Amino acid sequence: MLKPTPFHSRTGPLCQGHSWANWAGFLAATTYEPDHLHEYNAVRTGSGLFDVSPLFKYDIRGRDALATVNRVAVRDLSKSRIGQVYYSVWCDDKGMVIDDGTISQLGEDHFRITAAIPTLAWLQDNAIGLEVTIEDVSEQFAGVALQGPTSRDMLQSLTDVDLSSLRFFRCTDGKVAGAPALISRTGYTGDLGYEIFVGPDDAESLWDAMMEAGGKFQMLPAGLATLDLVRIEGGLLGIDADFTSALQTMFPVQKLSVYDLGLGWMIKANKSFFVGRDALRREKASGSRYDTVGLELDVTVLEKVYAEYGMPLHLPYTSWNSAVPVFSDEPQKHHIGRGTSGMWSPVLKKYIVMARVKPEYAKLGNLIWIEDVVESHSYSIPARVVKMPFYDPPWKKA
Amino acid sequence: MAQYDVIIIGAGHNGLVTAAYLAQAGRRVLVLEKRDTVGGAAVSEEIFPGFKISSVADGCGYLSAKVRRELKLDARVETVPSDVVAFCPQPDGTQLTIWRDTQRTAEEIARFSKADAEEYPKFVELMSRIADVVGGLMEMTPPDLPEISLRDLLNGAALLGPVRRLGRKRIPDLLRILPMPSADLLNEFFEADAVRGAIGASSVLNITWGPQENGTAYTLLSSWAQSGTGLFRSAGVVKGGMGALTGALADAARGFGAEIRTGASVSEVIVADERATGVRLSSGEEHTAAAVVSNADPRTTFYELLEPHYFDTLFVRQVENIKYRGSAARIHLALSALPEFTALAGGDATAQLSGPIQIAPSLDYVQKAFDCTKYGEYSRYPYLDLLIPTLSDPSLAPAGQHILSITAKYAPYELDAGDWSAHKQSFADVVIDTLAEYAPNIRDVITDRHVLTPPDLESLYGLPEGNPNHGEMTLEQFFHMRPIPSCARYRTPIAGMYICGAGAHPGGGVTGIPGHNAAREILKDSK
Ligand SMILES: Cc1cc2nc3c(=O)[nH]c(=O)nc-3n(C[C@H](O)[C@H](O)[C@H](O)COP(=O)(O)OP(=O)(O)OC[C@H]3O[C@@H](n4cnc5c(N)ncnc54)[C@H](O)[C@@H]3O)c2cc1C
Repeated sequence: MLKPTPFHSRTGPLCQGHSWANWAGFLAATTYEPDHLHEYNAVRTGSGLFDVSPLFKYDIRGRDALATVNRVAVRDLSKSRIGQVYYSVWCDDKGMVIDDGTISQLGEDHFRITAAIPTLAWLQDNAIGLEVTIEDVSEQFAGVALQGPTSRDMLQSLTDVDLSSLRFFRCTDGKVAGAPALISRTGYTGDLGYEIFVGPDDAESLWDAMMEAGGKFQMLPAGLATLDLVRIEGGLLGIDADFTSALQTMFPVQKLSVYDLGLGWMIKANKSFFVGRDALRREKASGSRYDTVGLELDVTVLEKVYAEYGMPLHLPYTSWNSAVPVFSDEPQKHHIGRGTSGMWSPVLKKYIVMARVKPEYAKLGNLIWIEDVVESHSYSIPARVVKMPFYDPPWKKA
Repeated sequence: MAQYDVIIIGAGHNGLVTAAYLAQAGRRVLVLEKRDTVGGAAVSEEIFPGFKISSVADGCGYLSAKVRRELKLDARVETVPSDVVAFCPQPDGTQLTIWRDTQRTAEEIARFSKADAEEYPKFVELMSRIADVVGGLMEMTPPDLPEISLRDLLNGAALLGPVRRLGRKRIPDLLRILPMPSADLLNEFFEADAVRGAIGASSVLNITWGPQENGTAYTLLSSWAQSGTGLFRSAGVVKGGMGALTGALADAARGFGAEIRTGASVSEVIVADERATGVRLSSGEEHTAAAVVSNADPRTTFYELLEPHYFDTLFVRQVENIKYRGSAARIHLALSALPEFTALAGGDATAQLSGPIQIAPSLDYVQKAFDCTKYGEYSRYPYLDLLIPTLSDPSLAPAGQHILSITAKYAPYELDAGDWSAHKQSFADVVIDTLAEYAPNIRDVITDRHVLTPPDLESLYGLPEGNPNHGEMTLEQFFHMRPIPSCARYRTPIAGMYICGAGAHPGGGVTGIPGHNAAREILKDSK
């Protein structure tokens, strides 16, 4: 049995198609309306309200809290201050990525890690010999993500916290709709947005207040179908879509290093020890298997392919997350990697794909070919390597 | 330039051996010992006024002949071997003595079983051959599995001799016997409880297992391989006590130019750019060196002297999983006269009593003594290993008086009933009651007693969980797995940082081999 989240009494009746998905053992709406398009448009032009309660959350407290998170995270947290949030991956001893998430400093000796997969054992293993306590607080908090260009104004109408001074990747305590909350200017949409965590008992009143205030701000509750579209546009990796956790596969071929995922920027050369550091150093010296890039497909070619069958152009209006072969040449002689997530971006009017290719093909502007299957025939569609994030509105960080 | 070539943390016998070898090779060496005396677990202390007592280890027979020769220790210290390898009084008032001499022992055994007497020489022959192979591993630096190198294979050539002597037909014996319970092995050869107990007790003297547990045949062999008696255990003491031996080692090291300081507790190893560059003392004082060597146990080394967050996740988890689990208490008695064993009544007892004395009348007895540790209890009928060193060296006690030192098993590190301090005297009473069943006058001749429980061994001598060997010497913590696979070659993941104590291959006992092997590897790296 999947569990309801603390918002379920409210999200349940809204979920018109009963289109529930399994998110870490909880019921999560795929879409609220039968189709996701209104929800998507709300996120990009107004706001979307996502129930993100199923995220795993861990509190790390004690004298060695910083040492612990800094040991686990690839990014250097040594300069972290209270109220700061880092996006980081963590990896195993061989530098292979386990998961990504945010690490927030909530107090002098207190950090909170959010994760996509259960991570308690990994944190405990890495805290051996350190003076910290690690607590799974996943179910002590209900969370929503309010994301989109109107999110700041809307949230401001529900809180006394001065949101204009809360910068990108910062968090603060404050009351939202009367309930004590943690407000974090973070999200998984590549847009302006906030994540708000409250105790489970305050979940329903928070939701009600949001829905009531939302009308003025073009806000709609939004589900996972939309979330996957906007995170791809935002150039954000999805676990089980763009990578497999090194802890969840036993096959080396399926494990991916920090560099393979295009996250080498996270690694600071002079950071003190972190798990995977030495392997990543060796990899940096000897070269990586892959890099992760954005691709933009030439839809005019795709249109011609459909025309061969007397059909109009068809595009992926919901995202796909599967391994699609990528070649350096049209005849598909040289396999160089795979597309991992793809979609037609309504806001960009482009067919975009996240792909993992051999590093020598990762240069911006490079022309490569990605397979598309039309009427069960395989075709090579030309695509250019483009910058990620695909969509990066100026108000995201403003 | 650093002040020293090498700083060694700890002046246990292994730290001293490493220091002596390195100084002999011309290195500038500083040894820092936190206690006020050198020797670690091999010390002599005046526990009772006028008595010089080997507080922890008291048998010196395991010391490597190579170390003794190369460091010229025989010129500095005198050892007294004993003809008796084990005097084993029995509950029915009889006794079995194991002598160095096989024939003489067979005659003793014949009093218990004619068949066993016939088997004994064959058993000794087989075990000696197999122990030869195990012994051949001791002075080797373990290979880096699975990435075994050509050099490792060449080192392995040293094993060819012992394997050839063992004979091809006996290789299956070797492979079969290693993981067996010692009880099963001994039951295959012998029928008399007294014989099985006399030999099998040594398989568990230094570990927290009973003889019915798998892998204890290996521990018996490992003891056999290093005993120096050609049998399952060592026998013999140092004149002046164990402190005289470590004192001689310290003198040898100083003689080669090493500097040794006591009362100097190291609080941390200084690491810069992922290299050990020196140490900081708890006084705040700092010293620099090109290399740092730890004689402390692995957990202390990696958790306290270094920081766990220097190391990979797997590494730390493996260190965390090192089994320590001490289960022996040490009890010292000052005696006004010798104990009178019923089994020796009417004759001259000094010959038998001058070697090791074992209260382990059967393997079931020892196993039952062990069983209770599984439930956090101490043995009601403990297995005892005794030594009266004053019979070999009367100068250790005031004239006419004696020392009786007992290793009493089993006394688990963690008592279910709570803190040991509330129970240690009652355990000592149990030990003395047990002894009284074999030597009824014992209570009358005790003038003083001193009890060290596993927590005492930990707090006073720095032996975590009271384990005698810086980690159990079981098969899964042997050779390339000691202390853990990624630092079984005396090196650690921190460049310039080494380990040389009993936690490293081949393990504990006053052998000097870990210290000897570590020095060899350090010299290789600094050529
Ligand atoms: C009850 C008992 C009986 C035993 N009987 C025998 C026996 O009869 N025969 C035998 O061969 N073996 C015996 N052993 C085993 C043997 O004593 C040990 O295995 C051996 O002495 C270990 O030697 P070592 O040099 O490796 O370590 P240790 O002797 O433990 O030396 C480590 C040294 O490092 C020092 N140190 C640790 N941390 C620091 C620091 N931070 N700064 C400075 N110094 C530090 C310690 O004070 C200590 O002196 C016995 C052990 C026990 C517990």
